[in-house]
Amino acid sequence: MTRTIVIDPVTRIEGHSKITIQLDDRGEVVDAHFHVTQFRGFERITQGRPVHEMPAITARTCGICPVSHMVAAAKAVDDIMAVEAAPTGADLRRVINLAQVVQSHALSFFHLSSPDLLFGFDADPARRNIIGVARENPGLARDGIAIRKLGQQIIEWLGGKRIHPPWIVPGGVAEPLAEETRDRILAAIPEAIAAAQRAIAWYKSDLVRWEEEAATFGNFRTAYMGLVDREGLVDLYDGWLRVIDADGKPLEERVDPRRYAEFIGEAVEPWTYLKTPYWKPMGYPDGIYRVGPLARLNVAERTGTPLADEELEKFRWRIGRVAGSSFHYHYARLIEILHGLERIDQLLRGPDILSKHVRSRAEVNRHEGIGVSEAPRGTLFHHYRVDDHGIVEWANLIIATGNNNMAMNRAVLQVARQHVRGDRLEEPMLNRVEAVIRCYDPCLSCSTHALGQMALELELRAPDGTTLDTLTR
Amino acid sequence: MSTVHTLRIDGKDVAGSDGATILEVARENGIDIPTMCHLDGISDRGACRLCMVEIAGSPKLAPACMTRVAEGMEVTAHSERLLEYRRAITEMLFVERNHVCAVCVANNHCELQDLAEDLGVTHFDLPRINPKVEVDASHPLFAIDHNRCILCLRCVRVCDEIEGAHTWDIMHRGLDTRVQTDMGLAWGDSPTCTSCGKCVQVCPTGALFEKGRAVARGTRRPRPFLPWMRVVAEERGL
Repeated sequence: MTRTIVIDPVTRIEGHSKITIQLDDRGEVVDAHFHVTQFRGFERITQGRPVHEMPAITARTCGICPVSHMVAAAKAVDDIMAVEAAPTGADLRRVINLAQVVQSHALSFFHLSSPDLLFGFDADPARRNIIGVARENPGLARDGIAIRKLGQQIIEWLGGKRIHPPWIVPGGVAEPLAEETRDRILAAIPEAIAAAQRAIAWYKSDLVRWEEEAATFGNFRTAYMGLVDREGLVDLYDGWLRVIDADGKPLEERVDPRRYAEFIGEAVEPWTYLKTPYWKPMGYPDGIYRVGPLARLNVAERTGTPLADEELEKFRWRIGRVAGSSFHYHYARLIEILHGLERIDQLLRGPDILSKHVRSRAEVNRHEGIGVSEAPRGTLFHHYRVDDHGIVEWANLIIATGNNNMAMNRAVLQVARQHVRGDRLEEPMLNRVEAVIRCYDPCLSCSTHALGQMALELELRAPDGTTLDTLTR
Repeated sequence: MSTVHTLRIDGKDVAGSDGATILEVARENGIDIPTMCHLDGISDRGACRLCMVEIAGSPKLAPACMTRVAEGMEVTAHSERLLEYRRAITEMLFVERNHVCAVCVANNHCELQDLAEDLGVTHFDLPRINPKVEVDASHPLFAIDHNRCILCLRCVRVCDEIEGAHTWDIMHRGLDTRVQTDMGLAWGDSPTCTSCGKCVQVCPTGALFEKGRAVARGTRRPRPFLPWMRVVAEERGL
């Protein structure tokens, strides 16, 4: 018998999704699927457009991480023009990309996930939200809002506006950095670093409570992928793909991201619009890998900035060299916020950062270009083919969240097995399933390039396929 | 000595010499009438119909850019009815092709966008036609995106009257009308185009643009930077 329970307030994920949980005769969970239910088709609508428009068009996949798409797209067009971005232009792209990561991570951790951590998964949903956090722990809420605000402000100061700034262009950036903008950002960094450190200290003290939960919270063996620089340090803008297995053994030490198609396959499942990328050498579905903050810290030697490295050392001492539980995405996200702020500071103190030469110019010199960067949620691939005149003939985007598709499904199954019993769905169970998805901070509008409202629907199915219970938010 | 006519526009007493258009006289007197196809320095066509005004005693509206002033004329350039018409025309310009400001090279530098803003066009009631039209990027310096063309034909006139190349013209009819280069050749193959760029400079939207320009990075400077257009126009008595 089907029963619909409507729960208000609305959940805290970005995009529209549905989860189905399959039971066997004894009422035990046998399978679970995370369905993403809309379609947008950016790869199709960009066909026929001049390739120079790609950063602006693909940025429209998302209002949260437009900068990430602009960066990957601009890099793909650099590749089509066969030029390197002007060095200062590249550094400025790094700065705005880091600001994007900082603001998005702050949104994910403080606004979306901290309510679960502060109040617990079984708490009353009316209280379990950012407003509740502001009442219970105003300092934490204030720090989160301040960090996110600074990230957004840096984007606005550099790009002219917070969302879809038209500043990142093929060849570099459109305008050089003004001295007063640099000084304004530099002046704001120390307070944000202090706020990030306070949040890390709070999280570490709170982590003990969740150690048992973390063990079954999307904790499984997968490969990890992320970009690293020449020295194997975290690099969110450029570098080489490093892929390690669950024990930290390199599957690929250094792959030119342009060769991604040799290593990453994209499977299509009938039950979701989200494509399922997999590590080709291991085949489908064995080639499961994870991307994003946790994966980046797992694959890199260090972050390359002093305060974040100190925290990373503590992280590894506590959790291990390769962290397997998805729960630790939160911790990794906080360390990356710290790293991002420190790195912005370093870059802005570079001797050439005020150079007026911020853009390389060239015509279309190649028919194909690939741009890869690290978005907040993981590795982002933009790949275009153009005709002689620079008109896009074909495009392929692999979005950060898409890379985590298999892992998210696995995580949902694990949490469902742990918490679902019988034929009834209870609120704490729903929230745990959501929360494990939330660890990946999925952006479903990006990953399907799909449009939709935030909603989550849970369906519990009997062996014969009949729906036992549904829960809608 | 030319005759001077006295007339009233929107209740204001104004004077204009014989042969002057209502539009010229209105603008000389600080009365703004919206236009799109008109450009100082090239001939007028009366194509866009945005400058339609009411003339007392005439049942028809008249285009201000094509109508000469006359003694004792009583002109209404702004009324509720005219505003409604102008909004409707603007809306039609938008729905006829595929205008997506957010990803347009001319974003924030666009006369059509400014017009919509000035007239308070906030949404479209008419269904969009969404025609499938092409982009010609075969020219080494410039490209044309027919999605954004409003058929003002400034490019056709400037190419013919100022540059003297007459590379641009129009083809087909009605909704299928397109500006074309050299009888439908790809722009890059045009034997007459001098690559002077005048068409790009006079385009009111992002239809004609310099290749490699990123979104919202088109150029638009005030028209007085084209003094040669004035000179040629005066020589020809336009």
